[in-house]
Amino acid sequence: MLELDIYKKLSQIELDVSFSIKEHEFIALSGKSGSGKTTLLRIIAGLESARGEITVFGKSWLSEKRSMPTQNRGIGFLFQDYGLFENMSVEQNLLYVSKDRELSSYLLEMTELSEFRSVLPRALSGGQKQRVALCRALMRRPKLLLLDEPLSALDLNMRKKLQQDILNFHDKFGTTTIMVSHDTHEIYRLASRIIILEDGKVIAEENPKDLLLEEIENLTKEAKALIQL
Amino acid sequence: MSELNFIPFFLSFKLAGITTIILFLIAMPLAWWLSQTRNRAKPFIEAIVSLPIVLPPSVLGFYILVVLSHNSPIGAFFEDTFGIKLVFNFTSLVIASCFYSFPFMVQPLQSGFETINKNMLEASYVAGKSKIETLFRVVLPNSKPALISAFIITFAHTVGEFGVVLMLGGSIPNETKVASVAIYEYVEIMDYTSAHIYSAIMLVMSFIVLLGVYTFNRHHNRRIGIA
Repeated sequence: MLELDIYKKLSQIELDVSFSIKEHEFIALSGKSGSGKTTLLRIIAGLESARGEITVFGKSWLSEKRSMPTQNRGIGFLFQDYGLFENMSVEQNLLYVSKDRELSSYLLEMTELSEFRSVLPRALSGGQKQRVALCRALMRRPKLLLLDEPLSALDLNMRKKLQQDILNFHDKFGTTTIMVSHDTHEIYRLASRIIILEDGKVIAEENPKDLLLEEIENLTKEAKALIQL
Repeated sequence: MSELNFIPFFLSFKLAGITTIILFLIAMPLAWWLSQTRNRAKPFIEAIVSLPIVLPPSVLGFYILVVLSHNSPIGAFFEDTFGIKLVFNFTSLVIASCFYSFPFMVQPLQSGFETINKNMLEASYVAGKSKIETLFRVVLPNSKPALISAFIITFAHTVGEFGVVLMLGGSIPNETKVASVAIYEYVEIMDYTSAHIYSAIMLVMSFIVLLGVYTFNRHHNRRIGIA
């Protein structure tokens, strides 16, 4: 569904990545900060330039000759700091993307935000803002949903709630999702495959279950070492 | 004391109003471009835009006079083709004011646009909206303090013009004799009472305008939780 082979020189590293994703996969992009995860996501969205090729459902989004404008890619993008339109109410934020009132009501109901439909974003909590941003990202019924560390600023309960929301929408809308995340448990819960970046290169592609097992193994070793001390 | 005539004030405010509207239409796209571009020519253009701040009004007035007078190709073209004289009338004041007050419209708008959350713009592009639609539906509504500042400062600055206005328009009663020129003339003929009254009116009005800007910004910042 998505074939990607791109190159971009950044100030610290050279981003040189190629991979492919099947339809309806849920990919987690992980790696240390500065490894190029967010830049990669932004290149897929068309928000940053790069050299190389991106093909999605047989259509060229990026080639040596041209780059399809972000506006025409029909994606959903959830920004780390929400990026909500401050001058618009919650509902207007959604309707700005598409005039589909039925869909906006459905999304707001699913995320328990119906009562906040007329409220401006600045009056919302971080978790509520994130849910509005998620709903807004889904208003184009995107085939490809890009999530940039969507839950990093939220408390545990809110994380669990939103993880479930994301999973529900991923299934309900049949989207293919790429999510930047550091949280192993989150990756295990949501993703079907994890791609790990280091210094701009893919260093591993794993099953999230293996990643969790590795982490448990490491924690066990650390615990044993502590007991021995 | 001469009989007080308020037409110079009317002319000053008419001039400032027309200039502000024209400048907003010209400066807004430029300020938007300057706030978004990484073009190498940006500092060059910013320097040109800011020139009227540092140039003596007489220098600016002189060049505009040279360019617009009947002896120049531009002035001759307008006069011969459309029958419009570009100097020593109200039109010339508007043209001169647009040059003189240009940076006072561009700079606050540019600063306001630069502080807009970049993700908000990108969210609009991702939503399929063009740059123009984003400008009108996202950028401008979220730049209210910058818009108010730009409007008020440009208006107030134009009302306070003197040198450029005098050079381009002279002092034709009911046509180009604006309040600042009228004050100058009262002082010249030593009619200090009239000069005092005119100056006091200008001072109070300028203060009220600026007080209005700062009060609005304070309320706006409180409302969005900055202060």
